[in-house]
Amino acid sequence: MVFAVDWAGVAQQVVAGLSSGGIYAILAVAFVLIYRATGVVNFAQGELAMFSTFVAWTLTQHGFGYWPAFVVTVLASFAGGIALERVVIRPVERASVLTIAIVTIGLFYVVNGAAFWIWSPEVKSMPNAFSTRPIRIAGVAFSISDLGIIGVSLLTVLVLWLFFRFTKLGLAMRAAALNPESSRLTGIRVSWTIALGWGLATALGAVAGLMAAPPLGSFDQNFMQPILLYAFAGAVLGGIDSALGAVIGSLALGVFLNLLGTYVSWVGTDLRQAAALAVILVVLLVRPAGLFGTTAVTRV
Amino acid sequence: MSRVLRVATGVIIAAAAVALVLVLPHWLSDAKAAEFARAGCFFIAILGLNLVTGYTGQISLGHGALMAVGAYTTAILTADHGFRDLWTIPLAGLVAMAAGFALGLPARRLSGLYLALATFAFAVAMPALLKRFSGLTGGSQGINLFDQALNRSTGALGHVHVLGRSVATNDFLFYLTWGIGLVLAGAAWLLVRGRVGRAFRAVRDSEVAAASAGINTGFYKTLAFGISGFYAGVGGSLFVLVSNWFVSPSTFGFDKSLLLVVGAVVGGLGSLAGMALGALFIQFVPGWAANLSNAPGAPSVFFGAAIVLVMILLPGGLGGLLRKLTEPLTRRL
Repeated sequence: MVFAVDWAGVAQQVVAGLSSGGIYAILAVAFVLIYRATGVVNFAQGELAMFSTFVAWTLTQHGFGYWPAFVVTVLASFAGGIALERVVIRPVERASVLTIAIVTIGLFYVVNGAAFWIWSPEVKSMPNAFSTRPIRIAGVAFSISDLGIIGVSLLTVLVLWLFFRFTKLGLAMRAAALNPESSRLTGIRVSWTIALGWGLATALGAVAGLMAAPPLGSFDQNFMQPILLYAFAGAVLGGIDSALGAVIGSLALGVFLNLLGTYVSWVGTDLRQAAALAVILVVLLVRPAGLFGTTAVTRV
Repeated sequence: MSRVLRVATGVIIAAAAVALVLVLPHWLSDAKAAEFARAGCFFIAILGLNLVTGYTGQISLGHGALMAVGAYTTAILTADHGFRDLWTIPLAGLVAMAAGFALGLPARRLSGLYLALATFAFAVAMPALLKRFSGLTGGSQGINLFDQALNRSTGALGHVHVLGRSVATNDFLFYLTWGIGLVLAGAAWLLVRGRVGRAFRAVRDSEVAAASAGINTGFYKTLAFGISGFYAGVGGSLFVLVSNWFVSPSTFGFDKSLLLVVGAVVGGLGSLAGMALGALFIQFVPGWAANLSNAPGAPSVFFGAAIVLVMILLPGGLGGLLRKLTEPLTRRL
């Protein structure tokens, strides 16, 4: 049996996979941010990203170009995320992790419903962020949009890394996440670093939503839900406490999903999610803390 | 509080619960009785979830899928194999119990969020699998037992004759679900008071400490999932009966699993009475929310806001409130 492998096709699929993986990666990093700060998975993360995207859509309807709308929305989302944390999460800060998680599930319903309430259920479409022309590299046509999304994702993650690595505020946030008690003693306002984490995570969500929406053509209020699922899976695959792991896990997942969808035809759209999760499960059974996660050592 | 008094309080509470279940349908309209019966199904499933999450400390986002296993067991046995629906309820519990054990296997290695993802995968995969194996499950059309209701099922129309008395169908379903619910709640109470319950709690409070005390943590985690699967399966099986004898893959999407977790935490994990309140919450609050405003999305906003408010005001859930209210009473005993 001879396989004629179409390498150009594989390369195209890998780039397309990296592009969707990049979107998952941004959201996955947002997961990791909030998880490290509070030990909670924010179930509303995807819906907040959706809400930001709709805000940007409204701006584009009022004469804003894509990129001005992008900048305004990301800044507004940052402020909105902080406000949300102060109003909703702050009161349950000392409650159990499960209680906080349920609050985020409540937020999921609120934000999703509010978006339907404000923007009516008709599908929307977003102007393109990048040129829709293909670009030829070494004889293979790639989509500029895919490459642009990969670029924005990597840039976003890089900026975030620089922030956490080289600024005082970033250091304070890392300290607060690692050891809240000691950080408090050194004068860090731990509660505010959590709010800041929510702000950053919501802004990241806005970036993810704004990258994800235009290529879809049309989108409605539920468009972030599958993306949220993959971002969560990517984050856990990489190790939920490792930002680098989350990025690599998400990119790998994006590529894997795309190749699976293209070359394994019996895995229809229905089973794609299930197949991806099953593979992750197998990985987790071999490495129970994810690919790059640290195994927690607990003292009794 | 002495042991005798404690047991006596338990008996009194149980008697009060039984009395309440017996008289309630007399005050309820037919439609309300059906809604309460649905809440009864949630109650049973949440009791199971409480054993896994509340007592053993393992997060499960997959209990909706375990309900699906029970529901489809009942539907398939009744539709294709000529079983009478009532007899399939324990069988549905057993099949879902097997599924629960299988779901519990990853719990031997994974914990926290990693386990949550494993159960999440199960919940997401379930509707897709049900559609895929359409020969057995009827695909996305689902299975409708309503046509068979007259001979094989619990009288879809009119009255049901039990013990020489004639009872309206929805009242019968109410008695059935809450009757089974109370029995299973009693079983759960006995379970968590005993040796197994102590082992569950030890695993929850500290796995390392439990292991060094000689508790086989993997075994107890899997056991919790298995028993909990039985509860979810029974709940799912009854859910078919109260949903007009109909089940389809979309009945048990991921949103059901999420709703069950909401019910358990809003009810107050670790409190059996709280589980009933949690079940009533997820059954009735969405409906009340829809009464407030029917604009698209508005009910969802109110429901979500109710969840957030309950959690902010009562971090221990409704069961925690109940405990606070009854504490002055029980302390004096």
